[in-house]
Amino acid sequence: MAARPATTGSRAVKASPARTAKGTVIPQLGWHQVRPAPIVLVSGTETFLAERAIRQLRDFLKLEDPSLEISDVQADSYAPGELLTLASPSLFGEPRLIRVSNVEKCSDNFLAEALDYLENPAEDTYVVLRHGGGVRGKKLLDTIRSGLGGAIEIVCTELKKDTEKYEFAANEFKVAGKRVTASALRQLVAAFSDDLAELSAACQQLIADATSEVTETTVDRYYGGRVETNAFKVADWAIAGRNGEALITLRHALTSGADPVPIVAAFAMKIRTMAKVFGARGGSAQLGAQFGLAPWQVERAQKDLRGWSDEGLARCILVLAETDAAVKGAGRDPVFALERLIGVIARRGEQ
Amino acid sequence: MAVWDNLTGQADAIAIFRAAAQRVPSGVDTVKADTGAIGSSVSTVESTSMTHAWLITGPPGSGRSNLAFAFAAALLSPGTPDGDRAAARQVDARTHPDLSVLTTEGVIIKMESVKEAVARSQYSPSVGRYRVVVVEDADRMVERTSNVLLKALEEPPERTVWILCAPSEADLLPTIRSRVRTVRLRVPSVADVADLLVRRNGVDPIIAELSARLAQSHIGMARRLATSAEARARREETLRTALGIRSVSSAVNAAARLLAIAGDDAKAITLELDAAERDGMLRSLGVEAGQSVPPGLRSQIKALEDDQKRRAVRSLRDGIDRILVDLASLYRDVIMVQLGRERTVINLELLAELRAASAAGPPAATVATIDAIAVARQRIQSNVAPALALEAMLVSAIRRPQ
Repeated sequence: MAARPATTGSRAVKASPARTAKGTVIPQLGWHQVRPAPIVLVSGTETFLAERAIRQLRDFLKLEDPSLEISDVQADSYAPGELLTLASPSLFGEPRLIRVSNVEKCSDNFLAEALDYLENPAEDTYVVLRHGGGVRGKKLLDTIRSGLGGAIEIVCTELKKDTEKYEFAANEFKVAGKRVTASALRQLVAAFSDDLAELSAACQQLIADATSEVTETTVDRYYGGRVETNAFKVADWAIAGRNGEALITLRHALTSGADPVPIVAAFAMKIRTMAKVFGARGGSAQLGAQFGLAPWQVERAQKDLRGWSDEGLARCILVLAETDAAVKGAGRDPVFALERLIGVIARRGEQ
Repeated sequence: MAVWDNLTGQADAIAIFRAAAQRVPSGVDTVKADTGAIGSSVSTVESTSMTHAWLITGPPGSGRSNLAFAFAAALLSPGTPDGDRAAARQVDARTHPDLSVLTTEGVIIKMESVKEAVARSQYSPSVGRYRVVVVEDADRMVERTSNVLLKALEEPPERTVWILCAPSEADLLPTIRSRVRTVRLRVPSVADVADLLVRRNGVDPIIAELSARLAQSHIGMARRLATSAEARARREETLRTALGIRSVSSAVNAAARLLAIAGDDAKAITLELDAAERDGMLRSLGVEAGQSVPPGLRSQIKALEDDQKRRAVRSLRDGIDRILVDLASLYRDVIMVQLGRERTVINLELLAELRAASAAGPPAATVATIDAIAVARQRIQSNVAPALALEAMLVSAIRRPQ
């Protein structure tokens, strides 16, 4: 009965930065631009954003018409006819929201029936397809993207860069109408760089608890200097000659769950690349081909190599092998062995 | 002389085992003595010549396990110390009912298999004079696993014989050492090994001499070098690569190259075998080729693949170890030249390069490199990343131009 709800203000179709596959004619939107459509394809690997987009859509539809009928379908254990049954009009003609999960693992039955459904979508029915990435169901995706069935696509790609996460967190505070300082945001992003859900939960906690502006002190009180980091960042500091920072980062990495063995492997990988490139002349592409490295790895290594000597590298490699043995049981204290390694590398192997 | 024929340069050890195999076990002894059939021959053999647990030690490639199986065949044959043909054939195929073998293609022998062998050792022999348990690579047991053997080794049933093989007595726990009688093998001479290659594989005498010398009398390695020109070329490339190291960059690249050589070697051995085993298993499970494996059978396929992975790890490690042994021979030669003993050099073909290398650094540096090789071998055994261990070893082999 209800006419198709008017689209929200974010109608201005701003194609998301994600890939635009050939033959795509439907709008591709970011996760916060979700709006009702007969078919809403939620694609991408970031589950947290996808769930949030689907929840927003449901809340919006529920607001439009509280009698909304919501049903969930698993595409991997799909029983034939399910989609059609759920989409067919009921006696009072309530609008229907059908959420289909696991489309990336869908059964052949689902694939065939979904394709049929696209030809002839039901009135007042919103079908949300959650596709978590992968090649399975590619035909379905292509058909949807070619415009059949009046679909939109919500692209939920992983937020990889720190700046993207920073923007995400800033947006969380903005939506809640809470003021937050830039340094507090930076600290938050550093503390929860691995999992977007964790970052979001931390933001929500601060929004709920803090009375006035959220500052660095507030973040510090809640998340006490926690920094999530990884082995490569430790290696970067050490190779840049910053012993102190490397040791601090190492402690952060160890307390947030890193294991000494992969840390040594990360060091070995970086030093090995540097040693290969040391003293070699030529363009980065040519050297890369020669040593089996990507050009950016060569450039990075060349940059890292400033101030290093051949003897220094040799000493570092000897200590690396010793440390690898030590963290695998030859020494008593793996962390001490790592700290010693960092010292040697930060001195660039000089005595 | 059937069972002892294929062994080279181990006359002393063979004499000991022949004497032991000649003795008739006590249970049988009384019966024979009553009939008086072989009474005189038995009395000539010392009663102390046989025991219930043996340890054969010797350097790799000296034929430890071959000798162990020859001894097993002799023990399992009725009567004669030289073994009879049927028993020898069954031992060769490892199908003799009274023979159990503990061996591994992985890095270590698993505790379950040892326990199973211990349980089987309690049965009395079914057809032979003895029940024989051969443990190849007894050094590939961790301490916990070795402890399972202790009781069985100390007081085995009357007619059970244990034969262990290990590179040296030091590789086993003192508690095991004290329960076995050790027979040491010699390193066969180069001439002996060359002679064997000519006799058995029909190799050209010059190549046979060369291979035996380069393999340092390791019989298996010598055969590989003698029968494959490719293996000889690879070995030479390894040595030349090591001699050409002048900077860290060349050391790290050399390590990558050596690792690739070892990896190729290992893959050549395991790849074909892996596919054949998988096919065989699928056939015996009744899965047609190209058909997907039913979920119920996947665990068996998974177990097979895990075993194969373990074997791949082992063969990669063995390959790297071979390379390190070759390198050790190289630096041994360098120090021989440095000390003015050129006549004892192993890698005669590289004499010019050896002279150049000996002039490039002091003997102390050469000794340090030899030590680094030993450390690298030990580290690889204790699970250090092979690339890292090799790099550290080759870094110590840098001879910077003055």
